[in-house]
Amino acid sequence: MSTDEQILEEFTSKEYEHGWSVDFEADEAPLGINDDIIRFISAKKEEPEWLLEWRLKAFKQWQKMTEPNWANVKYPKVDYQSIRYYSAPKQDKKPKSLDEVDPELLKTFERLGISLQEQKRLTGVAVDAVIDSVSVATTFKEKLSELGVIFCSFSEAVHEHPELIKKYLGSVVPANDNYFAALNSAVFSDGSFCYIPKGVRCPMELSTYFRINAANTGQFERTLIVAEDDSYVSYLEGCTAPQRDENQLHAAVVEIYAAKNAEVKYSTVQNWYPGDKNGKGGIYNFVTKRGICAGDHSKISWTQVETGSAVTWKYPSCILKGDNSIGEFYSVAVTNNHQQADTGTKMIHLGKNTRSRIVSKGISAGKSQNSYRGQVEIMKRAENARNFSQCDSLLMGDKCGAHTFPYIDIKNKSAQVEHEATTSKIGEDQIFYCQQRGIDEETAVALIVGGFAKEVMNKLPMEFAVEARKLLALTLEGSVG
Amino acid sequence: MISIKNLHASIEDKEILKGIDLEVKAGEVHAIMGPNGSGKSTLASVLAGREDYEITEGSVTFENEDLLELSPEERAQKGIFLAFQYPVEIPGVSTTNFLKTAINQVREARGQKALDAVHFLKLMKEKMKLVDIDQALLSRSLNEGFSGGEKKRNEIFQMAMLEPKLAVLDETDSGLDIDALKIVADGVNTLKTKDTATIVVTHYQRLLEYIVPDYVHVLYQGRIVKSGDKSLAFELEEKGYDWIKEEVAAI
Repeated sequence: MSTDEQILEEFTSKEYEHGWSVDFEADEAPLGINDDIIRFISAKKEEPEWLLEWRLKAFKQWQKMTEPNWANVKYPKVDYQSIRYYSAPKQDKKPKSLDEVDPELLKTFERLGISLQEQKRLTGVAVDAVIDSVSVATTFKEKLSELGVIFCSFSEAVHEHPELIKKYLGSVVPANDNYFAALNSAVFSDGSFCYIPKGVRCPMELSTYFRINAANTGQFERTLIVAEDDSYVSYLEGCTAPQRDENQLHAAVVEIYAAKNAEVKYSTVQNWYPGDKNGKGGIYNFVTKRGICAGDHSKISWTQVETGSAVTWKYPSCILKGDNSIGEFYSVAVTNNHQQADTGTKMIHLGKNTRSRIVSKGISAGKSQNSYRGQVEIMKRAENARNFSQCDSLLMGDKCGAHTFPYIDIKNKSAQVEHEATTSKIGEDQIFYCQQRGIDEETAVALIVGGFAKEVMNKLPMEFAVEARKLLALTLEGSVG
Repeated sequence: MISIKNLHASIEDKEILKGIDLEVKAGEVHAIMGPNGSGKSTLASVLAGREDYEITEGSVTFENEDLLELSPEERAQKGIFLAFQYPVEIPGVSTTNFLKTAINQVREARGQKALDAVHFLKLMKEKMKLVDIDQALLSRSLNEGFSGGEKKRNEIFQMAMLEPKLAVLDETDSGLDIDALKIVADGVNTLKTKDTATIVVTHYQRLLEYIVPDYVHVLYQGRIVKSGDKSLAFELEEKGYDWIKEEVAAI
């Protein structure tokens, strides 16, 4: 069956598809944040002293910081004392295989369409699933470990590979980098760790699914990917959250370290609950993602499809430190109803002959606001650096907004920086043309939007591309006419 | 096949069609001619179901069904095809992908099974030959950067793929040189059967040298003021539209 048909088939439900929640016996922290809560989290996770100290230091710094307000988004102030910072699904013992995992949990995965069993058998994707902040099942670990690839939950890595965590944690995104990164550093509950040793091409896509389950739970996961010399890995991250009336906070940190000749491809399909038609509820998605091309000839490529969240504040970035290193950012951001997105990237060129490419496709519908914010910085030492940026906006209706904020800062005269931007509207002519060929309006919109976003969608791994196209179609349902 | 009775249509309170009567049977080719602004393209758009127009009076029956009750896609699914005067660009969507979506939605509406990739490609190959169109063109974004001739040829290819009962060609000859015109006309003639009907909307007679009509109607000020056989087209070519205007003014 073709992709189009699949989209078509699943095109009928209007409501947020993943809007349901499963009752687990949660193991929760009291509401609010203070030193004791951080100690509670650290103790729950049986962490070493140095990590607790690291958290407490981050918390101290966070307390001195103020929430940034420069983004083109408006939302009521978050009350950080009314959030629950830790909530773990209760399990008597750690599962050794999928058979031992809570069947409710497995059902949850199945409803998300990511049955681990299926994934294991059919696609060869190793999934590290995170529900409410604690990893419950990790697959394919053995196969990967033969190659020396480490792919495990962050908590496990803290115990099993403390030397690596100690070395790289906070090395790309320091604890005091920004307000939300500092908060994450203080209270992060779990996440994923991925280590690809020298010369290894990871033979499968590594995938993590995040999902916010308990009400009032902020999710603060941390992902750390380290790719040693001459290695390669493709990493997938998918997100959904159940439907709730209150806003939930999601402040994640992702760090990527690429050594000489290493290549890391990081793909995200983000589908957090965006709130209802009137803008009630939804996730605040305040995420810090950054990679460093530390070694010469290294490459980091971010691909994201953002369809969810009430408010998104996210700028996956590359620090191009190694000579001849490459940074890429491919993004499709869709906003509908009252969603707000302020997203883009930063490309910091430090090394010689460094190259970066930015392709951003923003789609706004309803009363939403969609902003691209990008920064290209060419530092003094970066001889012959090159950047190409393309920002296209597609508007649906006349109540939404598209904004582009490109910042360019060049300190080396040999730099070549290009920026292209377009804004277009889905025309009634286009829709009528499709309809005249027998295509209904919803499918027509999906087709037109799919065409607009094609360049980015093509960068996604196959199994993700199908899901992403479905999401695009679902997000924009009912937004025309 | 289609029966239009006393059709009135307005756009933004301005009446464009002021009582059209037209009867088209299977196997027939009708030409609608007339000076600019007479309502020719409006008639084509109204038949296809463009929502900009308000139908204020009259009826259109297609295969014993009230056409005006149907959405544009339902009309297409029932076999009405409009070859656009200005085919629309859809960036990032190839003709192939576009047609696959269209054909399978039409099939679904008719209770038929979707075509799989193999059968779809087979159908494509067959129809490509019929209208002499290049594979490379079909892989490009729909109509984007196409020349005038390529756009029109692509319209006829889509028509071949969708196999409509009633084809409405809206000024398909505009912007075409004589070679392109011949290719387009050949395509239309090849696709014509005793079970299908064609309405050719055109300003000029020259297309009708290649697509020979059974009936010619002259549309002027929103009404059909004169009907005849193909000789009427030659008469119009020779004398222009002024004598028609004078005749109407005299009434």
